[in-house]
Amino acid sequence: MDQIRHKVAIVGAAETDDLGQLPHMSRLALHAESARNALDDAGMSLADVDGLLCAGAIPNEVAEYLGIQPRYVDGTSVGGCSFMIHVRHAVAAIMAGYCDVALVTHGESGRSGVDMPRGGGSASPGGQYEAPFAIGGAPTTFSIPVLRHFHEYGTTKEHLAHIAAATRAWANLNPMAMMGIHRRAPERGGGPITPQDVLNSRMICYPFNLLDCCVVADGGGALVLVSEERARDFAKDPVYVLGAGEAAAHWMVSQMRDHTTADGYRISGEAAYKSAGLGPQDIDHCMFYDAFTFTPLMAAEDLGFVPKGEGGPFFAETRTGPDGEVIYKSGPGGDFPMNTNGGGLSYCHTGMYGMFAIIESVRQLRGECGDRQVPDVNVSMAHGPGGMFASAGTIILSNA
Amino acid sequence: MADYAGRLPTPTPESQPYWDGLKEHKLMLPTCDPCGPFFYPRPFCPEPGCFSWDIDWTEASGKGKVHTFVISHQPIPPYNTEDNPPPYVIAVIELEEGPRMMSNLIIDDPYATEVDMDVEIVYDDVTDDVTLPKFKPV
Ligand SMILES: [Zn+2]
Repeated sequence: MDQIRHKVAIVGAAETDDLGQLPHMSRLALHAESARNALDDAGMSLADVDGLLCAGAIPNEVAEYLGIQPRYVDGTSVGGCSFMIHVRHAVAAIMAGYCDVALVTHGESGRSGVDMPRGGGSASPGGQYEAPFAIGGAPTTFSIPVLRHFHEYGTTKEHLAHIAAATRAWANLNPMAMMGIHRRAPERGGGPITPQDVLNSRMICYPFNLLDCCVVADGGGALVLVSEERARDFAKDPVYVLGAGEAAAHWMVSQMRDHTTADGYRISGEAAYKSAGLGPQDIDHCMFYDAFTFTPLMAAEDLGFVPKGEGGPFFAETRTGPDGEVIYKSGPGGDFPMNTNGGGLSYCHTGMYGMFAIIESVRQLRGECGDRQVPDVNVSMAHGPGGMFASAGTIILSNA
Repeated sequence: MADYAGRLPTPTPESQPYWDGLKEHKLMLPTCDPCGPFFYPRPFCPEPGCFSWDIDWTEASGKGKVHTFVISHQPIPPYNTEDNPPPYVIAVIELEEGPRMMSNLIIDDPYATEVDMDVEIVYDDVTDDVTLPKFKPV
């Protein structure tokens, strides 16, 4: 499996011009604008693209919209980690010669709902066995495993609240982050928050208060991948794919085999480590999809960064900085830098956030992150679930 | 009952006996010999390595435990009226027979719900055609 290591590189990565509330842009326009920006980042044109991978849209829809006729397509659409899986599939496709330049696109009018198809009929398993019980989107389903984890391991809401506070601290260093101080004033809920603020925020679906939940936004993002050989010719340093994994563990959260362990995370993570020839101790920077505060905690445990059940105390560890400020474990200055763009919690979450996690990994590895740049990042992991811990995708990236 | 506002299931040929059973206030589970009952209904046994298409229907006891749960504060139909406001409990119930299923827990104080609490089935005839399997503390 290690034959994929260092064979393909990401040479372009970018979001749409803006993120947040974009009612003037449709789903497909968001795909197209992010494609333009990622190609600009790579110094390439649409005419160079001969492979197209996307989620939340049929590849033909995006290809026709862009006016291209790719010779390789992949429409894997299994939720937020689809783009990690696309990177893995693009590596295989480029190595096989199915395409030379792979474009991965994401666009979702997650807030404004411009051309957003609604899935899941009443005769599907979800329609028959979950929806009738007043299930109302991710806050009522992604929350389902949490109290079992609390029960088995003593994890608490206070533990989770530290993840929200740490992630917000990163957002305050990112001018693009929706809830960061640059874009949202404190009287409108932006800027620094404490764990106590999280616990005091409005209850959405116990155990999740408002500040345990991601933002809801419109936006898009895209990536361009080429072979390692071709990647040497670009103006910006290539970001190599060292390893990748994927898995499909279940679909309905009620059918999750063990609500305290994401089987998909383990399967995907093991494949990523094995193909990269690395382990958790080799990862300098983590982008762990955070639809809710609990989501990255599960990743830290199931990807081997902390023993099962110890994620709560791990993330709740704080120390005091030189100016008396609180330094969170996963926040700026902490020893487990995670979700450094401000995460789905405070940067942007369109519905399938995984694309933005990958873009941040690329930027950290290129040293493009300004105030939020983590020192000495050589290996970054981007990992996410699809659905409610149902699917998983993991990629390990490096700048060398 | 005709104006029930919650989402309703549409049975498929494979799940019709399950929904028909609920209408008669019986919790019928598809069952494989030797693997036992499973959820949700499929015309074959989903136990890894089995895949037998020899399936019978057996009646479950209706007893189980709260495996995990959440307390939704969202005004999602039918929990969106003055008579029936949020919060309400969405729970994964582990049946005595082993399978787990999503449901609602009928309980006066949602915050009195506990993981591993003993529960039993309540048949909620939400329309003339559909009965939903819900649960209450024992
Ligand atoms: Zn069987």
